[in-house]
Amino acid sequence: MKIVVCVKQVPDTKGGVKFNPDGTLDRGAMLAIMNPDDKAGLEAALRLKDQYGAEVTVVTMGLPKAEEVLREALAMGADKGILVTDRVLGGADTWATSQTLAGAIRNLEYDLIITGRQAIDGDTAQVGPQISEHLDIPVISYAQDIKIEGDSVIVQRQYDDRYHVLKAQMPCLITALAELNEPRYMTPGGIFDAYDAEITVWGRADLKDVEDSNLGLKGSPTQIARASDKVRKGAGEKVTLGVAESVDYIVDKLKVKHVI
Amino acid sequence: MNIQDYKGVFVFAQQVDNVLSGIALELVGKGKDLAKDLGVDVTAVLVGSGVASLADELAEYGADKVIVVDDPELKEYRTEPYAHALASVINEYKPDIFLIGATAIGRDLGPRVSARIHTGLTADCTQLEIGDFPINPIPGREQLHNQLLMTRPAFGGNTIATIACPEFRPQMATVRPGVMQKAPREAGRKAEVINYNPGFTPDNKYVEILEVVKAVSDTVDIMDAKILVSGGRGVGSSENFKILEDLAAVLDATVSCSRAVVDAGWKPKDLQVGQTGKTVRPNVYFAIGISGAIQHLAGMEESDIIVAINKDETAPIFDVADYGIVGDLNKIVPALTEKLKEAIANK
Repeated sequence: MKIVVCVKQVPDTKGGVKFNPDGTLDRGAMLAIMNPDDKAGLEAALRLKDQYGAEVTVVTMGLPKAEEVLREALAMGADKGILVTDRVLGGADTWATSQTLAGAIRNLEYDLIITGRQAIDGDTAQVGPQISEHLDIPVISYAQDIKIEGDSVIVQRQYDDRYHVLKAQMPCLITALAELNEPRYMTPGGIFDAYDAEITVWGRADLKDVEDSNLGLKGSPTQIARASDKVRKGAGEKVTLGVAESVDYIVDKLKVKHVI
Repeated sequence: MNIQDYKGVFVFAQQVDNVLSGIALELVGKGKDLAKDLGVDVTAVLVGSGVASLADELAEYGADKVIVVDDPELKEYRTEPYAHALASVINEYKPDIFLIGATAIGRDLGPRVSARIHTGLTADCTQLEIGDFPINPIPGREQLHNQLLMTRPAFGGNTIATIACPEFRPQMATVRPGVMQKAPREAGRKAEVINYNPGFTPDNKYVEILEVVKAVSDTVDIMDAKILVSGGRGVGSSENFKILEDLAAVLDATVSCSRAVVDAGWKPKDLQVGQTGKTVRPNVYFAIGISGAIQHLAGMEESDIIVAINKDETAPIFDVADYGIVGDLNKIVPALTEKLKEAIANK
């Protein structure tokens, strides 16, 4: 079996988000990590490899620095790492990103593609399902439990009040949640080997069956009209009032924020 | 693509087990506002099996038209037949704007549909308005009017972006549930109902549903809760958590707690928020009698709205709270519960 896992390098928000003195986000001060949902997807692939035997290829799109997450993936047990990087691919929205990744994956053999549900920087959860559409294969998002049965994959998929047990024919794309599993650590031997391992680097010319008009900033249907870093919450209001006034104060705020 | 051909505001009227989801009516309400600004109609797209009777409810909440796609293949939600239904409706009726709820279903369906018809999709929007793009005129560049401006949080809510989709139609967004307002119900209001079936032929993309398992347990994972009522050592006793549970019941919220509470044996570990417990990011986090040790803050500071009630005005929880109330939780919490009961009943 051949499994392709898509991962993204993202700034870490877990140890607290760092801010500049003016209240804007200090991206440079934050560690770059493998996106948590993607790491769960990688772990799911490695477990399938342990159980059924599989070749796991990890693909990332990003700046040259994103090679770091590929080395981490190799140290965890992935077999191959592919970095898709090119200036013309920059500024991509989810449409152009999914076109890029689909163009890279068309060069590969695969039975299963696993992506994380969403990245902690964009929070869109769109790229996985969009890749599946470009490749014309079924998608099962928000996978909870993954099993292989012959040429099919059987997945539990959570909705609000229920889950579906779904059976899809491979090739198929699955999106994984960080809650799916506890990713393994890199092994010392793995880290050593990963450091020396060769990473395949692809640019625009290596993408298969993708028009230029679907790539990068120019190929992105959505455009940013305005962006602002939200001033960090906290140091909000603090009031000392009587009981009835305190209650009115809270109810008012909940109304303003559409909670009630 | 000729953008002039695309007209009207369409919303996906999500239903589950032939009951309209709350988001369906919220989108009709918001769609109506946007349609009014543009001088067009709002159309609800109802997809399912045996769902036609829901059209009246959509009409009473403001839909001008309802397109019903009814087919046995659409009984339980599956990505492919639903994506085919919406993509076909879009190709046939050419809406200017298409809104989908950012629910577990909508966030699966939206990207698949937008990729099929080649347009942009903005995820998890919290604000939608009609305006100009670019927002401010730029010399040498045409400023487009009557564009959908879609605002969304990103980076765990730390940044906010407003997105436009000027060159592709429809302008698509998924919209966070619970943010937009339903319009008041007008009994007897009717909509034009259009039945449309593009035909459904199962292929490799139709996954098979082997089993549907409904709500297996009634304990909500605190990580999934929209509203958390969280108690700390200041609550005083296991028994006194009753006042938090009463508050939670009114808000359809879930009770969680700090480590001190677990250590004291008042609540089980799976309700613990913080570095050694769970990281939560609800829409609203009530921190009640929680001083706010750094390990606790690490687990909840990304909540959208933090309301803190604590008698110690120097408690660090006030450094991250949006709304801090210095006072006695034993008096404020029960009074708040009563007031909220009234407010919700009168809504």
